[in-house]
Amino acid sequence: MEEIKNFTFSVYTENNVGILNRLSAIFLKRHINIESMTVSKSEIEHVHRFTFVVNISEVQARKVVGQLEKQIEVIGAFYHTEDEIIYHETALFKISTEYLYDENIQEKLKFRRAHIISITERYFVIEASGLKEDIDNMYEKLKPYKLLQFVRSGRIAITRPKMAISELLAEIN
Amino acid sequence: METLKKEKHEEKTSKSVKITGAEAVIRCLLEEGSELAYGYPGGAIMPVYDELYKYREKFHHVLTRHEQGAIHAAQGFARVSGKPGIVFATSGPGATNLVTGIADAQIDSTPLVCITGQVASHLLGSDAFQETDIIGISTPVTKWNYQITKASEIPEVFAKAFYIAKSGRPGPVLIDITKDAQFGELDFSYKKCEKIRSYRATPKFDLNKIKEAATIINAAKKPFIVWGQGVIIGSAEQEFKNFIEKTDIPSASTVLGLSALETNHPLNVGMVGMHGNYAPNVLTNSCDVLIAIGMRFDDRVTGNLQTYAKQAKVIHFEIDPAEVDKNVKTDVAVLGTVKETLVEIMQYVHKANHKEWMQEFDKLLQIEKDKVINDQLNPIKPGLTMGEVLGGINKETNGDAVIVSDVGQHQMFACRYADFIKTRSSVTSGGLGTMGFALPASIGAKMGVPNREVIAIIGDGGYQMTCNELGTILQTKAAVKIVVLNNSYLGMVRQWQELFFDKRYASTEMVSPDFVKLAQAYDIEAQRVSKREDLEAAIKTMVASKDAYFLEVVIEQEDNVFPMIPTGASVSDIRLS
Repeated sequence: MEEIKNFTFSVYTENNVGILNRLSAIFLKRHINIESMTVSKSEIEHVHRFTFVVNISEVQARKVVGQLEKQIEVIGAFYHTEDEIIYHETALFKISTEYLYDENIQEKLKFRRAHIISITERYFVIEASGLKEDIDNMYEKLKPYKLLQFVRSGRIAITRPKMAISELLAEIN
Repeated sequence: METLKKEKHEEKTSKSVKITGAEAVIRCLLEEGSELAYGYPGGAIMPVYDELYKYREKFHHVLTRHEQGAIHAAQGFARVSGKPGIVFATSGPGATNLVTGIADAQIDSTPLVCITGQVASHLLGSDAFQETDIIGISTPVTKWNYQITKASEIPEVFAKAFYIAKSGRPGPVLIDITKDAQFGELDFSYKKCEKIRSYRATPKFDLNKIKEAATIINAAKKPFIVWGQGVIIGSAEQEFKNFIEKTDIPSASTVLGLSALETNHPLNVGMVGMHGNYAPNVLTNSCDVLIAIGMRFDDRVTGNLQTYAKQAKVIHFEIDPAEVDKNVKTDVAVLGTVKETLVEIMQYVHKANHKEWMQEFDKLLQIEKDKVINDQLNPIKPGLTMGEVLGGINKETNGDAVIVSDVGQHQMFACRYADFIKTRSSVTSGGLGTMGFALPASIGAKMGVPNREVIAIIGDGGYQMTCNELGTILQTKAAVKIVVLNNSYLGMVRQWQELFFDKRYASTEMVSPDFVKLAQAYDIEAQRVSKREDLEAAIKTMVASKDAYFLEVVIEQEDNVFPMIPTGASVSDIRLS
């Protein structure tokens, strides 16, 4: 059996209606659950970048990239192992203001990438960013304070090796 | 130089005039050289149908009896002609009825342009009458799809659609047009699409890979080729023949590759796969080099992958990079169109002689003849066999007919026993295995090659899935010859029940109407044959008919298709009985 592990996919696409459906259908057809997904602009004007995280084997990852690449509006698709990328997630925690001056909570906020971004009479909001485990940790620490709301982003990732997307585009243009 | 380029560009762009979106649809099709579509009207596509009426002198529309019939007809047309098939349907059920055909065309790489009407754009998402999300539904089974909500988008989207459907590995595209976009006006001018920046239709071939492949082929003692539909789609039949003749390599076809090489070519060793020939299946596991050309190692071809050609070096000539190493790990992948790569490799491969290796195929063929083929072609048992019907058709047509087969036992008999002397002569639903495909596909095929004999081979089950299309034959006078091989069973499922489910024939026994009367009700001449002595004359009469003709042959009920590779078994464990 091949090792199952986390793979991050970077998919550069045109910015058109329906692409998300087309890409997610490729995972669905293979019964692969998408652990996280982020869509944003990319470094290239008018080109969008999807970041998917999935838990599969490398053989599957290679095949999925082939299918992603094949879609007409996909400019380029790549998969990366964890050590090939620098990645982050962000989370927001909404907590009742009654806990704001709790010593323990102050202590917990000492984690280097967590800070309060908003305070009102009724609630305050903590933003934390880091690896998945960092966010998980933070969540566990703040759970006792009756989270009014909690939300976390999908992974965003930058690769250590070069992705030849600009060259691909230049070749076509 | 710049001026020259500009002039050329303007020449290609037709003059701009103001017309409706609906008219633009027809104009786009004419610009692309299409003059024939299959379809079924309805509310949301009515503006386009109104234009079809106005353009009826220039553009022909075939009204089928169901949208599924329309799309299969378009597939038949595309498969024999190589041109994209055009389909019209309305929104909602009209559009969803196309889905099976779209999925079929996607998996068998058939170029189609499907045009569906959609509710007006202000009603999108309101659950309006006959509204359905056909873009969402068709996404996983189309090469590309697009919803047009403004008339002005039509020319560019159609140009793109045709380019995508035809280029590279072909496939179906769907354009959904809201009713207001059909009524809206635009300044019409048309320019064919030649490039899409995010789409590489054909990968560039790498000369080093060709040289690597040639080195392996030159060193091979027992090379073996499996070719697929890529040879036909890429119009590379002659290049393929030159290649195998120079290298003297025994070659077998997939189901979809049939007719790319004439059946009686000395290097044609038959068909691989679950019900393919004995020799090419068994010797897949003896060859030292396996050369796959324009095929995708479907599971019905490979059987158990763990034991498939493990001893061989594998070379894969392929247009679609996603197919490389998908099922079978290759040693050398030669990407590109086979028309280019097979020409290129000719200068690096040596003229060879593999006579002794070929004799191994002959030996196994003799075993297959003794145990299977002779009993099929010249049976002594009283009941008629499917094989002898195909044998009779070969005799009457000399292999010069388009054989359109449906799905099931009769399909495997058609693929195994039909003789072909011309390319694009076998049309069948290979990847998706769509019962009901053949009757409408044969109508489309006849319109694609009106001067050729088109014979549909269908089982009693599949026939009743789309026999409503007899109405289309009645109306269009399409002179297709329909052969129903009736064993009163869903034969292939029954065969599996016999072999793997202890003969529990769950829902496979089939009671059918009087097929002859049914054909006659549609004004189609028809006869039924149940005795061997009547078969030859009946086939003669059918082939001689200038009009459509229906022939029912009553077949031995519990006849099985052999050889057979049971699911999960190795190709070399193919069973002869």
